[in-house]
Amino acid sequence: MSTVAIAPESALMPKRHYANVRHSVASWLLTTDHKRIAILYLVSITLFFAVGGFFAMMVRLELLTPKGDLLDGDTYNKMFTLHGIIMIFFFLIPSIPAVLGNFLIPLMVGAKDLAFPKINLFSWYLYIIAGVVAVTALVKGGVDTGWTFYTPYSSTYAKTEVFLAVSAAFVAGFSSILTGLNFIVTIHKMRAPGLTWFRLPLFVWAHYATSLIQILGTPIIAITLVLVAVERIWGKGIFDPSLGGDPVLFQHMFWFYSHPAVYIMILPGMGVISEVITCFSRKRIFGYEFIAFSSLAIAIVGFLVWGHHMFVSTQSTYAGMVFSFLSFLVAVPSAIKVFNWTATLYKGEITFEAPMLYAFGFIGLFTIGGLTGLFLAAMATDIHFHDTYFVVAHFHYVMVGGMVMGFLCGIHYWWPKMTGRMYPPLLASIAAALVFVGFNCTFFPQFVLGYLGMPRRYHEYAQEFQVLNVMSTAGASILGLGYFIPGVYFIWSLFWGPVAGPNPWHAKGLEWQTTSPPPTFNFEEDRPIVVEEAYAYSIEGAESVS
Amino acid sequence: MSQHVVPPSVYVKVFGGLTILMILTWVMAFVNLGVFNPVVAVTIAILKALLIVLFFMNVKYSSRLTWVFVAGGFFWLLILFFMVMPDYLSRDWQAPVQPW
Ligand code: HEM
Ligand SMILES: [Cu+2]
Repeated sequence: MSTVAIAPESALMPKRHYANVRHSVASWLLTTDHKRIAILYLVSITLFFAVGGFFAMMVRLELLTPKGDLLDGDTYNKMFTLHGIIMIFFFLIPSIPAVLGNFLIPLMVGAKDLAFPKINLFSWYLYIIAGVVAVTALVKGGVDTGWTFYTPYSSTYAKTEVFLAVSAAFVAGFSSILTGLNFIVTIHKMRAPGLTWFRLPLFVWAHYATSLIQILGTPIIAITLVLVAVERIWGKGIFDPSLGGDPVLFQHMFWFYSHPAVYIMILPGMGVISEVITCFSRKRIFGYEFIAFSSLAIAIVGFLVWGHHMFVSTQSTYAGMVFSFLSFLVAVPSAIKVFNWTATLYKGEITFEAPMLYAFGFIGLFTIGGLTGLFLAAMATDIHFHDTYFVVAHFHYVMVGGMVMGFLCGIHYWWPKMTGRMYPPLLASIAAALVFVGFNCTFFPQFVLGYLGMPRRYHEYAQEFQVLNVMSTAGASILGLGYFIPGVYFIWSLFWGPVAGPNPWHAKGLEWQTTSPPPTFNFEEDRPIVVEEAYAYSIEGAESVS
Repeated sequence: MSQHVVPPSVYVKVFGGLTILMILTWVMAFVNLGVFNPVVAVTIAILKALLIVLFFMNVKYSSRLTWVFVAGGFFWLLILFFMVMPDYLSRDWQAPVQPW
């Protein structure tokens, strides 16, 4: 394993950078610097990850035994609901875009900031307001509808804090829309001279596609949640059949957003992987245009497949057939990316730094998650798998094995850029291995459980499922440790980590051409001018890694 | 990114138009046109939305790129409608499941 190359000539921290220009709390809370806002997001989503993780732990502990002995049914329902709502709306959706995207997109396009810095700060405040509402719902007794808020249970029967939870998701949605809007305008209008569309890093393409989904899809979930609230508060019949409504209409509207939203939760991760794979293979990416356009294809075709969540909902079988076919189509652009990353590795000069380990993890786990999606997209098999642990395993492979891995990959890759400091590389590699092993121990048994017929969302189960559930809970504790260790060494590195220098990985891309951490307006001298394509790595160039 | 300056009179006229359409909505609520009730209501709603988007949101004076994005938003709404309708239209095609 090669050691981290720290450029000796630059082993000096810049005296002034974005993080130390001013120190007061107000200078952080009122900042319009995209880099500081990214840090605000990083801190807030990490807190929510911890809260969501706590609920996951309660779920796993309850499932250690077949009897519902730790939590009663109602409490268990609240645990998995809060876990889902917090992890999806407050961690995964903002994770890579609002932290890494915010920090890096202006740097990558050679701009001083995003197009609308104040809107950027506003979107963080919306996120925090939404978070406060969610925590209020939690403190007042929680919600038990599942993160999917299915009607008529959510709109008529649930006795829990549905209104607050729905409001929280509603407000968080606007935060997400504003982030997407900011990215789109920035990418269209603020690229450095010479930075043509096809010289953009693929991270930027991935965020462009993500932003399209955010601004086109999120308004639909917002109006859907408003309708749930209207039915709940005023008893207007929209979704509840006893009031003349149609519950399946809710599912259509919910999944019209929420299926594309799963791509909000994977495309940015794919963007990270494209950057990291080329850097640590020291090779130009294979099939740049294919990867760029497959992001757009995923964003667009991803809007045409939502009915695959509704095969057993009394949706017409004929509509189901169309949705099933289109779901098979949407797997194609995802597969294109996997093949291109693999082809990039071929004959590369591969090194195994921590970010690269996470990238490998991503490719393998995302592939398993995506392929099992096809089992679910086939109507005949989905009748068996629907609402079993197979579905739970599928989406954790893509969301945790994919996006959380991608997030950790990106954080490890750009940490020296964000903080100017290096973390201990060996410890980071050990943590990456723990995450990979822990993840598979936790979620692979769930595929088997689902295949054997264990339904999701119950606090009790049949005796014969216990062995696999114990494996899963044991794996979850390894996974928890794997997540905890980076938290510790990242904080350590802030104070004692070796100084990284501007470009510790000898990577290409404008973000590496400025100091680490960058100055407030990103580039000391004039605007950078771009004269070459992205990823102009050459295998020979690898000699610079001493 | 040249800014087009819109004289306030335009806004006043658009406001007048919206008010007239609103009164029309109210008047039409008292006239029973049978199946045409929703047609009229939706037509008026579309006219109102057009006025707001074109003038209040300044889209009329914006770049082609803005037009593309605005049209995209409406196109996506159409996707929602066009892919939801097949479900409702074809639900009854299927023979009910026979108990055995
Ligand atoms: C590669 C293409 C994919 C296909 C064909 C696919 C297919 C499916 C299908 C058919 C279901 C419904 C299963 C059921 O409820 O019976 C499902 C559920 C789900 N998928 Fe995927 N999927 C894919 C990728 C992804 C990705 C990339 C993510 C997230 C990053 C994701 C997240 C989810 C989630 C969260 C659910 C469960 C929602 C719930 O009921 O709570 N999927 N997937
Ligand atoms: Cu889906």
